[in-house]
Amino acid sequence: METLHLDLPAIQDASLNPRAALYGVVSSGNLEVLVERGHDATRCVFEVQTAAHGFVEVWKAVLTDFAARHPVGGLSFAIHDAGATPAVVSLRLDQAFQSLRGA
Amino acid sequence: MDALQPIRTWNHEALRRQARLERSMPFSRGKAVATRDMVSLLEALLEPGDRVCLEGNNQKQADFLAESLAACSPQRVHDLHLVQSVLALPAHIELFEKGIARRLDFSFAGPQAHRLARLVQSRSIEIGAIHTYLELFGRYFIDLTPQVCMVAAQAADAGGNLYLGANTEDTPVIVEATAFKSGIVIAQVNEQLERLPRVDIPASWVDFFVVAPTPNHIEPLFTRDPRHITEIQVLMAMMAIKGIYAEYGVERLNHGIGFDTAAIELLLPTYGESLGLKGKIARYWALNPHPTLIPAIEAGFVERVHSFGSEVGMEAYVAARPDVFFTGADGSLRSNRAFCQTAGLYACDLFIGSTLQIDLEGNSSTATLGRITGFGGAPNMGSDARGRRHASAAWLKAGQEKNGGQTSVRGQKLVVQTVETWREPGHPAFVERLDAWQLKQDMGMALPPIMIYGDDVSHIVTEEGIANLLLCRSPEEREQAIRGVAGYTPVGMARDRALVENLRDRGIIRRPVDMGIDVRDATRDLLAARSIKDLVRASGGLYQPPKQFRNW
Repeated sequence: METLHLDLPAIQDASLNPRAALYGVVSSGNLEVLVERGHDATRCVFEVQTAAHGFVEVWKAVLTDFAARHPVGGLSFAIHDAGATPAVVSLRLDQAFQSLRGA
Repeated sequence: MDALQPIRTWNHEALRRQARLERSMPFSRGKAVATRDMVSLLEALLEPGDRVCLEGNNQKQADFLAESLAACSPQRVHDLHLVQSVLALPAHIELFEKGIARRLDFSFAGPQAHRLARLVQSRSIEIGAIHTYLELFGRYFIDLTPQVCMVAAQAADAGGNLYLGANTEDTPVIVEATAFKSGIVIAQVNEQLERLPRVDIPASWVDFFVVAPTPNHIEPLFTRDPRHITEIQVLMAMMAIKGIYAEYGVERLNHGIGFDTAAIELLLPTYGESLGLKGKIARYWALNPHPTLIPAIEAGFVERVHSFGSEVGMEAYVAARPDVFFTGADGSLRSNRAFCQTAGLYACDLFIGSTLQIDLEGNSSTATLGRITGFGGAPNMGSDARGRRHASAAWLKAGQEKNGGQTSVRGQKLVVQTVETWREPGHPAFVERLDAWQLKQDMGMALPPIMIYGDDVSHIVTEEGIANLLLCRSPEEREQAIRGVAGYTPVGMARDRALVENLRDRGIIRRPVDMGIDVRDATRDLLAARSIKDLVRASGGLYQPPKQFRNW
């Protein structure tokens, strides 16, 4: 099990409730995502626990693209991958973000 | 005083056949052979160096005859040349380990791929060539005609007529080549009946039959449990249906085996229906009776299916749907691998299948290091048939795209590879160099074992989008089109981003959003069946899954 911390610049979506502490949990057999309020509106923080060794560069690329694709400033993502592939990770993160926006 | 010309005889083969039959007489009563006499019969009739076909494919296996041959004395029976579709049973490998067989021409070695590679490396086997099924069947009539074949049938009558049942598969082509070239035809049957439901092989083509101690083995190879289909596979199926089947109006097609294609089958009655595609796509199929096709058949999408073989558990369903499947007068399925392969090659407009590795030219391979898997039928399905002459809308459109928008003298088959970019962490589907090249070197092969040649591939579908290789105008564009859908694999991350965006602007690469597909809609709710039990329900209780698939 490897742990990866990533702190990326991001745009904030002002419509999200700034007081909410816990935005939601998305989980399935192959991935869990916990979305919480972060400390800095201009940053997005990721903490990933991954079952796959040597996958850090791939994780960084996936998360960097995700943070550029959505206004995720001020959010903190805790991710527990149970050996999920990058395709599953991207799809789940997109779904997690869309669901908390739509809420 | 004319010198006497030596008289040339023209029936050596018939005389040799007669001698074999005479040597066999002590071990048979008419055509019937007792199980305990089978080894003696084989030792009596076989000659060193004979070309022998042991029937077996990825489904049914003449397993009793294979074990009988492996039990022969290598002093009596040796140096045989096996000419057969698959090397699948442990007994097949034993033949080479014992020296009973020496040379092999074949198509596929799924479960024995690892042991076969070891035999090659220890020089215990000579491989003539690895073929596609159609190539090997073709060679049965040219230079690899069996002298003795051993086939599997469902039943025989006392006279030796054979009933093949739903799994006809390769039997007709093997028996045709052997029986009409003075060879010996031996059949193992599951039962002897007074009256056969239908005669598939007439008794005059059959020399011996034996009621095997247990029914021949059949593998349920084409059953995919829908509960294992992922949302990524649903997403890729949406893209295939909307971005390829609908755009080209694909009516005639073949699907490879796997969860990727099972997802497409299960999306036809839901997503396909919602796009108004019923009656416009996927009407005629070259396909085994996949259980996952049941919902599309019941929804009226599928008009006709011709099959290579059968599928365990589908017998009653097929018999109840004779408008869709090819059936005999007795009601049961009539499959035929040689004819269905021909149909897949010449009468279908699209092949779609998954693979393990794709390189930067689009070549794909299922070979991995230390395993010789062979080809089976995919290279014939997954190739442009350059001998084809009849036109269809899909074939013409693909041909125009390949020809820069102009109508050419020929069209083009749609050959689609569908893969998730990472099969699992550590195993990218996209690679700079196929393992097949290393295997070629390690095994001393003439060619790398490539399943689908890149110049036959028209589209690659991944979770990232569709690359249309027909529209690429240079090797560089082709490489970037492949990198551009290769996701976060090393091959994908090494893309030229500007060039990939250019390809996207020109419609050579299309993302889900470019096709009007919202990735959030890609959920398992779209599957017309989400479990084996759902498939049973969709079939009205006619589908009877084998017990390893019963999980309720």
